[in-house]
Amino acid sequence: MKKEARKTLWAFGLEMVIYSVLVVAYFLLVLRFVAHSLYGLEQRHIVLYGVVAIALIVGQAVLLEIITTGLLRFLRGRSE
Amino acid sequence: MYFPISGAYISPIYLVVVGFLIGILGGFFGVGGSFIAGPALRIVGLDWNFAVGTDLAHIVGKSVVAAKRHRALGNVDLKLGCVMAFGTIGGAEVGAQLIQMFKRAGNVNFVVSSVSVVIYVFISAFMLWEARSTLRQRPGSGTRTGTRSKKDESAFRHIAQSIHRLHLPPMISLPVSGVKKISLWVILLVAFVGGCFSGFLGGGAGYIRMPSMVYVLGIPTHLAVGTDLFEIVISASYGTFTHAIKGNVDILIALVMHTGAAIGAQIGAIATQYFAGPKIRLAFVPLPLIGAAIVIYTLLSGHKI
Repeated sequence: MKKEARKTLWAFGLEMVIYSVLVVAYFLLVLRFVAHSLYGLEQRHIVLYGVVAIALIVGQAVLLEIITTGLLRFLRGRSE
Repeated sequence: MYFPISGAYISPIYLVVVGFLIGILGGFFGVGGSFIAGPALRIVGLDWNFAVGTDLAHIVGKSVVAAKRHRALGNVDLKLGCVMAFGTIGGAEVGAQLIQMFKRAGNVNFVVSSVSVVIYVFISAFMLWEARSTLRQRPGSGTRTGTRSKKDESAFRHIAQSIHRLHLPPMISLPVSGVKKISLWVILLVAFVGGCFSGFLGGGAGYIRMPSMVYVLGIPTHLAVGTDLFEIVISASYGTFTHAIKGNVDILIALVMHTGAAIGAQIGAIATQYFAGPKIRLAFVPLPLIGAAIVIYTLLSGHKI
């Protein structure tokens, strides 16, 4: 039982490290590029900005869900 | 990091950590966590109108993930969620219009702060009293053992039963939630009130809708958690749009917060499988008080941290 708990903790810790690297890469690559485009959109086409805002947050949610689920499966598969 | 839409300088690490904590709360309690997110954004200098709109956007993403998890666990009543979405959207628009009114009057920060403190303290006090009454009635009922169970108790069951007997057509049945007959108007009213809070104080207003679903509509806690999240996806999307076109949403802040929330929501949803209804509600008690304390600090000091 203890061994199983250790494996789960190790998998979770590793997932957090991989996830942190992905999040930092995301900040550097994506947000820096889209920040000014979104600001321009918010200033000029506010309705379109509203639609894009929802699309972006839903898109990110789905993408991160796929990544985290994949990571969990991969790490649990390796720890077994 | 500079966020040009709101003109704020906020550490992305701070936003990720706040998102992570709120993600756990959302997955576990079925609430959007706006009683933490709103004050957490306010304390770093964002005006309430931006805190409310941005929190709604972040909650759309978080709720998509959490609702999907709860749906897989069988914790979502789709029929109830779809009906409630209509009432919530109407309420969210009323709340957003109130924000605009106070923004124009120049006192949005004071009014929303004051209302949020009163609401958060009231919710904590009520949930503490109810959960303790329930646990006292059934000693040892708070933990779950063995296989998964939907067993749930509430000290306010008689209120829900009286509301089920109220004959105000059209009446509908909710077989997934175990409700044989309930007036459509009662569901819409509960959703509308939740929507007003959502549009005015931000988030999905799960702190008011989730208890209302349990105590007024008589929905089992686990189903109320999942259904509330499903309904928040629809209503918070509308809230995000209506606040965005009023210039109250910084989507970049929402995107950064959501990176932390995505993983937190998964942990929270899994945790619900190990606790029964009253214990979940008891653990919920201190959370709105933390939000209230932060709001009181910003209200009294007038400064961000």
